[in-house]
Amino acid sequence: MSLADQSDQPMTLDADEAARLKRKRFEKFGKWILPVLVLVLMLLIWDRIVVWNEIPHYILPGPGLVFETLIKDWAMLFEALLVTVQITLMALAVAVIGGVGLAVLFTQSRLVEMSFYPYAVILQVTPIVAIAPLIFIYVDSRIAGLLLCAWLVAFFPVLSNTTLGLNSADHNLRDLFRIYGASRWQTLRFLQLPSALPYFLGGLRIAGGLSLIGAVVAEYVAGTGGLKSGLAFRILEAGYRLNIPRMFAALILIAVTGVIIFAGLSFLSHMLLRKWHESALKRDP
Amino acid sequence: MTELQKPLGSRPELLRMEQVDKTFNGNIVALKGMSLQVGEGDFISLLGPSGCGKSTALRLISDLIHPTAGRISWSGGHDTGDLGVVFQEPTLMPWATVAQNVWLPFRLRGKTYAEVKDDVLEALKLVGLEKFQNSYPRELSGGMKMRVSIARAMVTRPRLILMDEPFAALDEITRFKLNNDLLKLKAAIGCTVVFVTHSVFESVFLSDRIVVMAARPGRVISELEVDAPYPRDEDFRTSAEYAAYIRRATDALHEAMGEAA
Repeated sequence: MSLADQSDQPMTLDADEAARLKRKRFEKFGKWILPVLVLVLMLLIWDRIVVWNEIPHYILPGPGLVFETLIKDWAMLFEALLVTVQITLMALAVAVIGGVGLAVLFTQSRLVEMSFYPYAVILQVTPIVAIAPLIFIYVDSRIAGLLLCAWLVAFFPVLSNTTLGLNSADHNLRDLFRIYGASRWQTLRFLQLPSALPYFLGGLRIAGGLSLIGAVVAEYVAGTGGLKSGLAFRILEAGYRLNIPRMFAALILIAVTGVIIFAGLSFLSHMLLRKWHESALKRDP
Repeated sequence: MTELQKPLGSRPELLRMEQVDKTFNGNIVALKGMSLQVGEGDFISLLGPSGCGKSTALRLISDLIHPTAGRISWSGGHDTGDLGVVFQEPTLMPWATVAQNVWLPFRLRGKTYAEVKDDVLEALKLVGLEKFQNSYPRELSGGMKMRVSIARAMVTRPRLILMDEPFAALDEITRFKLNNDLLKLKAAIGCTVVFVTHSVFESVFLSDRIVVMAARPGRVISELEVDAPYPRDEDFRTSAEYAAYIRRATDALHEAMGEAA
């Protein structure tokens, strides 16, 4: 990617280069086509197993029935999906604010870091399913309880990655900032926060998946139904009624949501880093 | 070497170090009794083996660390705009463009880019990189990155520029080129340079004074004046005079190494 090697010479390909191009082309298509082939194959096998063994739909529905249910129950499932997505995104937002805020506080004051870091770790390593029932005893608002659970799961990767990033600013650059008499705020704004950005974005991608998990787990624990029920509650409810196709349909929606969140955050990360960071660098052969 | 050396000619004094000691960790003596008088417009090289405290001396002058004993004083005081620094690595911010990197010293003093745009572009022009103002550091070669680093150090027109083995990591062709350019730059902006190196050739080509240092403990062994006139160019690099200075500096360095061993 250096500026020096932009030549206008005609293309000459030796055997190595031709092989490399061929491999590249294959990888480009294979990346998409192969997983789709696997999916089609799996669905086909699933379908045949169900049909040939005459498995009743309340034990294992075929893929066709699941798809039918997804369409038939779409109104109800989509409403539940919106609730789950809402909790997930709110938890992620609070995780980002809380995680980055705490990380900045930790790097500004060793005193605060030494006092509170161990407790952040303890919160992280205690399983959320163990804490959630307590939370729903003390927190009246269901939404607030769900949010708190999802946040507890999601904030730690943001906190620990951002702290690592803020502390990993180049030492010579730190010296330079000191020599030029930079204030604390200037050092944070112009040096530490940009240095931390790649680390933060790595943490954010993990936190995105975790906040969805947190939201789903919390809903299982909260259990109560009502108008504002998310996908997890719909799965539980369908299970009680032996409505297995709907369980699968809801499960697919959760999985797709997780993939979309991950892809969205990966895209965000790529857009923010593409100009300068090694991870987004297109490598020459 | 307890006597203070007079700066070359009748140049007014810019800065002096008097009997400066620096001890780390209570028992590691990095620098012992260093005295140095820097005159306005001097090009001084600190030459010595690893561990002779030459980088420590630069860190002391730039006020990043403070003397255990002795003192360092600027004639008439100074502020942060009087000092520019170039490290061994280019030390650029990878997320910022070339122009934004050069803007940094001004930015930290509260100047907007619009206010200092002319100075930034002028500095980039002096190092021959005005076409690359919107490039990111990773798009540049090692030598070009170092040029950006030099542009950043001189953009505020500081009175003193400290350079800590800035060309040590570059190939020799690039290093010679940058040596030549550095002298032109210094002449253009008329600053003082204190230059740390372990290359005899570099120190003789660049400086009008070479301070030879020894290790364990880091201290000044001798001073050598290089009385060849500026501007110096490739002709100087191949002259008999140059070879004679190389000889003298090498002998002084051997003496320093011998004492340390």
